[in-house]
Amino acid sequence: MNLHEYQAKELLKKYNVPVQEGFACGSVHEVEEAYRQIKTQFGSSFAVIKAQIHAGGRGKGKIKETGVNGVKVAKSLEEISDYAKKILGGTLVTVQTGAAGRVVHKVFVAQDMYYEGSSDRKEFYLSILLDRARGQNVIMYSTEGGVNIEDVAHNTPEKIFKEWVHPSDGLQAFQARKIAFNLGLTGNAFKNCVKFVTNLYNAYLGLDCSMLEINPLFKAADDRIVAVDCKMNLDENALMRHADLSAMRDVTEEDPTEVEAGQYNLNFVKLDGNVGCMVNGAGLAMATMDMIKLSGGEPANFLDVGGTANAQTVEAGFKIILKDANVKAILINIFGGIVRCDRVAQGVIDAYNNLGNISIPIIVRLQGTNAEEAKKLIDESGLKVQSAILLSEAAELVKKAVA
Amino acid sequence: MSILVNKNSKILVQGFTGTEGSFHSSQMIEYGTNVAGGVTPGKGGHTHLERPVFNTVADCVKQTGADVSIIFVPPAFAADAIMESAEAGIGLIVCITEGIPTQDMVQVKNYLQGKNTRLVGPNCPGVITAGECKVGIMPGFVFKPGRIGIVSKSGTLTYEAADQVAKAGLGISTAVGIGGDPVIGTTTKDAIELFMNDDNTDGIVMIGEIGGGMEAEAARWIKENKNKKPVVGFIAGQTAPPGRRMGHAGAIIGGADDTAAAKMKIMNECGIRVVQSPADIGKMMSEVAEKELKSLQRSPFGQN
Repeated sequence: MNLHEYQAKELLKKYNVPVQEGFACGSVHEVEEAYRQIKTQFGSSFAVIKAQIHAGGRGKGKIKETGVNGVKVAKSLEEISDYAKKILGGTLVTVQTGAAGRVVHKVFVAQDMYYEGSSDRKEFYLSILLDRARGQNVIMYSTEGGVNIEDVAHNTPEKIFKEWVHPSDGLQAFQARKIAFNLGLTGNAFKNCVKFVTNLYNAYLGLDCSMLEINPLFKAADDRIVAVDCKMNLDENALMRHADLSAMRDVTEEDPTEVEAGQYNLNFVKLDGNVGCMVNGAGLAMATMDMIKLSGGEPANFLDVGGTANAQTVEAGFKIILKDANVKAILINIFGGIVRCDRVAQGVIDAYNNLGNISIPIIVRLQGTNAEEAKKLIDESGLKVQSAILLSEAAELVKKAVA
Repeated sequence: MSILVNKNSKILVQGFTGTEGSFHSSQMIEYGTNVAGGVTPGKGGHTHLERPVFNTVADCVKQTGADVSIIFVPPAFAADAIMESAEAGIGLIVCITEGIPTQDMVQVKNYLQGKNTRLVGPNCPGVITAGECKVGIMPGFVFKPGRIGIVSKSGTLTYEAADQVAKAGLGISTAVGIGGDPVIGTTTKDAIELFMNDDNTDGIVMIGEIGGGMEAEAARWIKENKNKKPVVGFIAGQTAPPGRRMGHAGAIIGGADDTAAAKMKIMNECGIRVVQSPADIGKMMSEVAEKELKSLQRSPFGQN
């Protein structure tokens, strides 16, 4: 589950991780109020306004309607008010959102961290994530911050450092020091960095993050070490022990059909193709998508109906797939094991009759327990449903449907 | 003999009396698996499915001599269940449970270091040695006995592969579902290594999916060990968009190396026969058998 920058920063503060402070605002009035507060609190007329969406590249991205960037620095109340009007409610398009972009419902109005002081300002990169190969958490960091880390990894891999954390011993003080040394820090900045890294790792574990990225990790001119931006991803399997975090989910950032599918306990991912599919099992669902592509179509979705494919789940699946006007055919691919194919077939027939008026071809491939009986049921139902038993037969039917 | 489990394996079930545990235990017993007993804390002394129930794994092992454990306990308690079994000296733990928090599995993996215990899963269909022993939730009848081993991250795709292998006139020695989570016990390479050293396995089907580097690791190992037995491979998720989780917690494209195309390329380079379509797994295995496994006896059920 993804969180917004402002939510992630609230959580980090609970773990004593210093962050660029600010206020989440949903209206121009709130932005103005936040600006006044920041001016009083930090004694600077500079403030930053940042669009809150679940995608990166906001600074370079532009609001479709107004042409304004997703992150702006303002020097006065009038200026920030003007930006707020041009960002809030607009559609932000960044390299990560795709052409459609995302509607901005909230902005984060924050203090300006790039003030003058006795030492140089620096931008670093630091993230914590799982190293799947080792089965350990790893802290990845670089002196090159504020830029796309994939580019740094590609062009100058020697500038990326990694520190693995032992699962039972935890992050050691010497490891945190090593990170601060490798970033070239000294004096107070060094001490602040050691504290920052230690507390950040505690936050990563305590919140059950699957990824926590600070970019830039910022050294201010007064030697403070601060998270200026934060991308936080939570492990959905762990939300059962974090009711407070589950409540932070922002469904407006998700595809509405995916949200609806979730209510039926269906695992659904919306794609851009023309052939819908409904499958039991995630691996078989992906394989079915691949087969659709090889048959000349494009998969319109990923949909795993799980271990209990019955009339209700099939009907819910039909409804969700049929919301997409681009869908020209639907392939149902069920490998019956514990689930009996004849029951699934009856479910398909019932769902079809309940919905009525399905105008596109439906291809049903049922294999496994009672597959022959299932095919017979479908063939004798009189519905415009084509049935298959072998996967290769289903592929042929898809080929004909999209030809 | 096959790998991991056989007709002599004695199974204990953790989460024995729950809905899932009860249903699948009876299915396993029906298949002919020797289910010796089960564990449900607080229900020790009872009898369930005509088998004794114990409070702890250690008690169950002591009384029944069980050497394999299968876990159906809910995700919040599954990591603990795995560690309890390992502590009791169980040699093979099969964890079916889906939805275990990743950090719990990081702890488990570390806990198992240096212990004489193998973990399969979590979030997997289990292990079956055709005709002998089913320690899992797969439909047993799909797995006709024979001499082809299957290792797979996915459940229903394993059944699909086994069914195609059977329709090609071959059969299965053992099928191992290793699971689709980011942190798992037995890896693709581990299972491949077992099959390469198994006298009852002549060929291997290796099924992977997007995310992680296990397929590449296995492919390189196969090449380094001189491709002793033919391997047919398939990677699910050629059409999956990057950055989206496709059902399995671990099925997410994170970079250029864990796409289906990248994995298939490495597998091809390492001498694995990679099929583009999941419909061609059985056909390819059959062709390979025809060319390279002349000695393999073929019958309608691939039995020998």
